[in-house]
Amino acid sequence: MKPTTESFKQNVRVALHDPQLQRALAGLPTGLVANRAAARARLPEFEDLRDIGRDIKDHTLAHLDLYLEEYERKATAAGAHVHWAATAAEAREIILQICRDADAKVVTKGKSMISEEIGLNAALESAGIEVVETDLGEYLVQIRGETPSHIIAPAIHLTQEQVEADFRRLHKNLPPDRVLTEPAQLVGEARQVLREKFLAADVGITGANFLVAETGSSVIVTNEGNGDLTQSLARVHVVVASIEKVVPTREDVSAILRLLARSATGQEFSTYTTFSTGPRRPDDPDGPQAYHVVILDNGRSEMLGTAFREALRCIRCGACMNHCPVYGAIGGHAYGWVYPGPIGSVLTPSLIGVKQAADLPNASTFCGRCEQVCPMKIPLPKLMRHHREADFELGGPSLPYRIGLRTWAWFAQRPKLYHMAARLAAAALGAFGRRRGAFRRLPFAGDWTRHRDFPAPQGRTFQQLWAEHKAGALR
Amino acid sequence: MSSRDAILSKIRSQLGVKRDDAERRAIVEERLSSHRRHLTPGRVKGRNVEELLKLFRGFLEKESATVIEVDRKHDIPSAIANYLRTNNLPARIRVGGDAMLTQLPWGSEPHLEMLLGRAQPSDEVGLSHAAAAVAETGTLVLASGPDNPVTLNFLPENHIVVVEERDLVPSYEDAWDRIRARFGSDGMPRTVNFISGPSRTGDIGGRIVMGAHGPRRVCVIVVRNSDSAS
Amino acid sequence: MSDPFSGRPRVGLFVTCLVDLMRPSVGFAAAKLLERAGCSVEVPTAQTCCGQPAYNSGDKADAAALARQTIAAFEGYDYVVAPSGSCAGMLKLHYPALLADDPEWSGRAKEFAERVYELISFLVDVRGVEAVDAEFPGRVTYHDSCSGLRELGIKDQPRKLLSSVKGLELKEMAESEVCCGFGGTFSIKYPDISNAMVEKKTANVAAAEPDLLLAGDLGCLMNMAGKLKREGRQIAVRHVAEVLAGELSDPPIAGTK
Repeated sequence: MKPTTESFKQNVRVALHDPQLQRALAGLPTGLVANRAAARARLPEFEDLRDIGRDIKDHTLAHLDLYLEEYERKATAAGAHVHWAATAAEAREIILQICRDADAKVVTKGKSMISEEIGLNAALESAGIEVVETDLGEYLVQIRGETPSHIIAPAIHLTQEQVEADFRRLHKNLPPDRVLTEPAQLVGEARQVLREKFLAADVGITGANFLVAETGSSVIVTNEGNGDLTQSLARVHVVVASIEKVVPTREDVSAILRLLARSATGQEFSTYTTFSTGPRRPDDPDGPQAYHVVILDNGRSEMLGTAFREALRCIRCGACMNHCPVYGAIGGHAYGWVYPGPIGSVLTPSLIGVKQAADLPNASTFCGRCEQVCPMKIPLPKLMRHHREADFELGGPSLPYRIGLRTWAWFAQRPKLYHMAARLAAAALGAFGRRRGAFRRLPFAGDWTRHRDFPAPQGRTFQQLWAEHKAGALR
Repeated sequence: MSSRDAILSKIRSQLGVKRDDAERRAIVEERLSSHRRHLTPGRVKGRNVEELLKLFRGFLEKESATVIEVDRKHDIPSAIANYLRTNNLPARIRVGGDAMLTQLPWGSEPHLEMLLGRAQPSDEVGLSHAAAAVAETGTLVLASGPDNPVTLNFLPENHIVVVEERDLVPSYEDAWDRIRARFGSDGMPRTVNFISGPSRTGDIGGRIVMGAHGPRRVCVIVVRNSDSAS
Repeated sequence: MSDPFSGRPRVGLFVTCLVDLMRPSVGFAAAKLLERAGCSVEVPTAQTCCGQPAYNSGDKADAAALARQTIAAFEGYDYVVAPSGSCAGMLKLHYPALLADDPEWSGRAKEFAERVYELISFLVDVRGVEAVDAEFPGRVTYHDSCSGLRELGIKDQPRKLLSSVKGLELKEMAESEVCCGFGGTFSIKYPDISNAMVEKKTANVAAAEPDLLLAGDLGCLMNMAGKLKREGRQIAVRHVAEVLAGELSDPPIAGTK
């Protein structure tokens, strides 16, 4: 996927002026956010589980090479073909070759952020293969030629009316006078259209929420069951998963699963959690005849030796973005790459480069709500700060900003001069602003006063008044 | 160097470890073989079967599933027939080779038509036998195979799942012990499905709709006294 | 070392650069509350800013220089108290992180951090203040500033003290824990996003129909007051310390009366 991270500020303007997006985002506090809070309240062990989840992932990452080898050994023993891809291009080539070998005309896909990351759909389509996203949200996004704006609710930016219009435009073989005013009718139509695709598919591609080393299993978690139809009806099942998805045992997965759905949607448990191990067995009447797993690195191993290792604990629940006030204002597309929200502001610079994505870690108030809700306790603000430090080292911030910062820092490190300058500033601003109490416009704070007034200072500094107060008290 | 070796050696160099570090290997082997549990939620700890069943039932019903309790296996056919009638569903059921299910006294419901094998696109009702049921979130555990083909769980619009009370366990970890007992310490069937209700989606306007791709309706039949003679 | 004459604990007031420059009345309110809580208050003149503008811009060198300056300025006080959760969080949590690799300063930063408190939580949690002698006839809503709330656990302390103010009715707003969009330099670097956030905040504030909006951080207060003023809403804005100290003679933030 080609990033648009460099036009972040432009993306933001577009997002802030998109009334449909704004309407959709306005539903987050009473929707996913409230649901998570309720689910957390129903499970008193929730906070203990966050520690457990963090520890499981930390342990696994510290022994990642060994768990990946064990996973490969077990998966291969169960009949899986395990492939390793260092880069996105390698992963695309491997999957394309699997599809060619299977003589695939139609490929169905379960939701996979990794496949977005490696730009899989475009690669398959340019090889003449029909690719159909089967997660309803992903399908809605695909038929509009868009990308997901949220990792668990890809079409969160779309309204029901937009979906109806798209269905009428695209599903031409259905009666034009059909009624599509209810979500259930739209879902029914998508079910009907996609059912044909499931049955026609030669290859089904899914992501993986986890890989289990103990058994060589891949795990997907869905509510729709689309991933299951994708992987059990096609002749060939391809799993694409990044290296950090591996966990040691089924007990470890179980502990983390207690956090996943509750953090993501506020459900007690997702409707479907599916463990797949190898292809169909000799006496199985259904299931795929071949099972491939593509393990992708694409920059992650690089993160292991750095502070950003902690970001590899992420289980892609989306809680950080649901709770992020910046995400709540601008939605997912503005972030300009695969992963939006706070985790995107950490992962994107790590994976595509700080220089290209410098705005993402900078566009945060460090309010800390993401870290507070992250089931894996990823210190997202701290990691964003590390990116800012790297950006600053590279000379990232604009020259006027740097000059302003340097000037301020120079004064701040000279208390006597600083207090003198503060006295002058307070006096000047106080004199001009006192009558109205605030400024409608300030020459050096135009970006602030474009949207809000700038409160006037009281006119004298505290240091000044305190010194007088003390002198008075002594007299 | 293959990509595999390149990735693994990059991981090792980033972690600052050696491939043949026996201590690390021992830690990993111990972890993999010990199947150590982390935490059992208090909601299922020390509960008797009635309490577990109440929890199990409550969670499933909240997800709009139907839960029917029957006294003995013998009662399953009539319970199914009733359910189908009440919900205006056709009296035609797809079932795998599951020994318990196929040996039920179906003769008591002569109008019920039983189709054997994997699910077909035209099937409207699938019938499965769960390997376990987990009380902590109202979750069915199904193991794929000739007895219970995986397509039964997803293709038909209606899924009826029989659970025996003795297979109702408190936690996910208990369910894994059942799977281990059946398939070996590190063994798995091709597919293990954890199912907690009907298929659903919230992707259109954030409203929850049942029957996205999989079953619109899930009916769970709990056999209270599975060991008794019929 | 407590005050040798009175035996009172010696508190070094970390004024914060915003209070110093914009609103000294908050500093006096803080001093009054601390003195009423049995402390002797001093204001070192070698303090300027906690360094967050540099730290949050990725400029570690300047941030570390300011950290050392602040630590040195507050040597010898029993406590260092700031009328800001954000600045207190910087002093208490981020200075030790910032100076962790500095062999000369890492120990001092840790020792310093143990003495640092935000004003309201210091009064309640350390000094055991249960009630204040103050009066405010009217309805008040309280915004939980992010750093105070999430870094220092400030939530109940201000509410506890506000409940003792005569005549004051506390009406909680929706999403009081959600960021107001200030974020220091964020509000200058990303003014459009900042505005979208503060718009939601002032809508929630207005929906609670208060006479007065309070919070414990001047940055957030200036942001919200500036927005309320631009929107023409008749809601006064003050630092919580001003109400608790009964220091209401100055006009509210961005106000004239």
